[in-house]
Amino acid sequence: MPDSQPAIRVEHVSRHYTMGSAVIHAVNDVSLDLPAGEFLALLGSSGSGKSTLLNLIAGLDRPTSGAVNALGQDLSKMSSLELARYRRQTVGMVFQSFNLLPRMTLEENVELPLRLAEVDRTDRPARVREALERVGLAQRVGHRPSELSGGEQQRAAVARALVNRPKILLADEPTGNLDSATGESILTLLRDIQKNLGMTIVMVTHERPLADRFADRLAVMADGKLLSNGAAR
Amino acid sequence: MKPRDLSDLAFRNLREAILRNSLTTLGVAVGVASLVAMLSLGVGLQQLASKRLSQSGLFDSVFVTPKTNLRGPGSGPPATRVPTAVARPLDEDARAEIARLPNVIEVYPQIRFFTEVRYDGKPFATMVAGMPESAKSSGSFDGMQGAFFSSASANEAILQSEFAKELNPQTSSLVGKELVLRYAERQALAPNPKSSASNNSDSTNPESLPGGFSVVPKEMSLRIVGVVETEPAAGFGGYGNGRLLIPLQVAMTLRAAQVNDLRDIVRGATSSKPTFASLTVRAKGPSSVEALEATIKNMGFGAFSLLDASKSLRIFFSVFDLLLGIFGSLALAVATLGIINTLVMAILERRREIGILKALGAADRDVKQLFFVEAGVMGLFGGFLGVGLGWLIGRALTFGTNVYLHRQSLPGVDISSVPWWLFLGAVSFSILVSLAAGLYPASRAARLDPVAALRYE
Repeated sequence: MPDSQPAIRVEHVSRHYTMGSAVIHAVNDVSLDLPAGEFLALLGSSGSGKSTLLNLIAGLDRPTSGAVNALGQDLSKMSSLELARYRRQTVGMVFQSFNLLPRMTLEENVELPLRLAEVDRTDRPARVREALERVGLAQRVGHRPSELSGGEQQRAAVARALVNRPKILLADEPTGNLDSATGESILTLLRDIQKNLGMTIVMVTHERPLADRFADRLAVMADGKLLSNGAAR
Repeated sequence: MKPRDLSDLAFRNLREAILRNSLTTLGVAVGVASLVAMLSLGVGLQQLASKRLSQSGLFDSVFVTPKTNLRGPGSGPPATRVPTAVARPLDEDARAEIARLPNVIEVYPQIRFFTEVRYDGKPFATMVAGMPESAKSSGSFDGMQGAFFSSASANEAILQSEFAKELNPQTSSLVGKELVLRYAERQALAPNPKSSASNNSDSTNPESLPGGFSVVPKEMSLRIVGVVETEPAAGFGGYGNGRLLIPLQVAMTLRAAQVNDLRDIVRGATSSKPTFASLTVRAKGPSSVEALEATIKNMGFGAFSLLDASKSLRIFFSVFDLLLGIFGSLALAVATLGIINTLVMAILERRREIGILKALGAADRDVKQLFFVEAGVMGLFGGFLGVGLGWLIGRALTFGTNVYLHRQSLPGVDISSVPWWLFLGAVSFSILVSLAAGLYPASRAARLDPVAALRYE
């Protein structure tokens, strides 16, 4: 059943940078629709603009032209305060290098988005536990990131991305720093989350075989342009 | 973010770079300490000066003279003077009337007369002054050799040290010795019945003049009980410094002829009773002096107080404090640069962390507040530590000063003071300055582009 309101709609979006006198077209007139609850893999080589597009969808960056819509919200019309709220409540992010804060325990890392969202202190432990249980790390709450394996760190990062119960999960090369077996287990986890929570997922990767196995849709980028527009397979 | 989460994160960040943040805080503390030490000296010296001055009785006293005394050279020749009501004599009645006024503790006359004493068979000329019992509590007798008069009516004397040295260079050996006071006793002649019957008689009529008095030489033996540096309230409201001090009650019973006795005769005083050259009125405090002075003037006497001088003193100390504060603030200004430096370094170091916080949904405002709180906490701790250090410096200066004074055989003083307002003011100022120092780093951190920050390794 076609969804009349896609979870993510990217309309003629461009993002240009000026470096000295040169203008770099990191993202160049890209349009893309992603229905709610689907898993999109954004493929492309380094410098193809896939991470820039992800950052635009995440509200971390603003397009030079065009519009990004997420769950009916036009990101280009948001103030920086509203964008921050969007990042807190609507999307969760996972990075290649995990980006956990090294001096905090797992529990504290996962609690951080709850602090930013001003969730009541009494509600936080249950929410943290729930998120950590979902990624299978409930026994490691008191550990620091350095005491965990790469796969465990990425699981913790997924738990942190989920703790505010967002509708969209954005992952930037989540398997890039992991061996293939661990990478697979992370993608399995992401797909479970997609199925169980009905989340919409956009994953940036350059590993075509993994994308083929786990994603519902593939979009390929090169030189800032979209080569295939993410049609369902 | 909620305040508690904000402070949680700020303290965590400060602990993370404990050495650098401690050193920065110490820098703030040294800045605050120099400010507090300077101001505590200013406050301490002001308190010391006020205490000494209030002990001296200059600022809670009104000096009363007969009105005629106030006619100075500027008043013009007698012929041009506006004939005023007959000047009231400053006698025992007037003294009793003034003593009944509200807020008056005591009223005592200035009794001073020039005379001769004999010690060890040799004559010495000197000025004798009567001291009221209350003079004992003035600071002037604090470091004296010997003791104050044993009673208000004791035949005892306290010598001013310069005079004591004339008697015997070893002044301490004088205590307990006897000296003989030779003075001229004033004995009243038979009063003129006419003048005592009528107060508005014409003073130019020789018939109405009082009978005057005769002067009879007398002697009195006094025991020396102490030697003091200076006479309290010396040189004010009297005729020269007293160098031989005797109890006021004793001085009054002597009925020694004083300077004003002769003058009263010449001016034709309308009362046969002995009059006083001046009276000193001690008020309950400096605040009641002004009203008291006005009341006494309305009673027909001349009155004068040193309140204006005390106002100038306060202005002087305000300016003095301001200058000390400016010098003290210089170190704090340097400490401010330290805070800016530390926080700018922290931005570089925590660039990636700021990026992560922003990716997780931290608003610019959250990042700004986080840096602001960190600056404020350094200011708070630096402030408390600084006040403590400043207090210690003040104590050390007081200690050093007292060692020096002790070597000069002078009594110790407290030259520094950290009152509550200085404590609270310094801590608040430290926080305020630290927050101001945090303004630039905080806004710079808040403006950080999250995409660039996340890429930063």
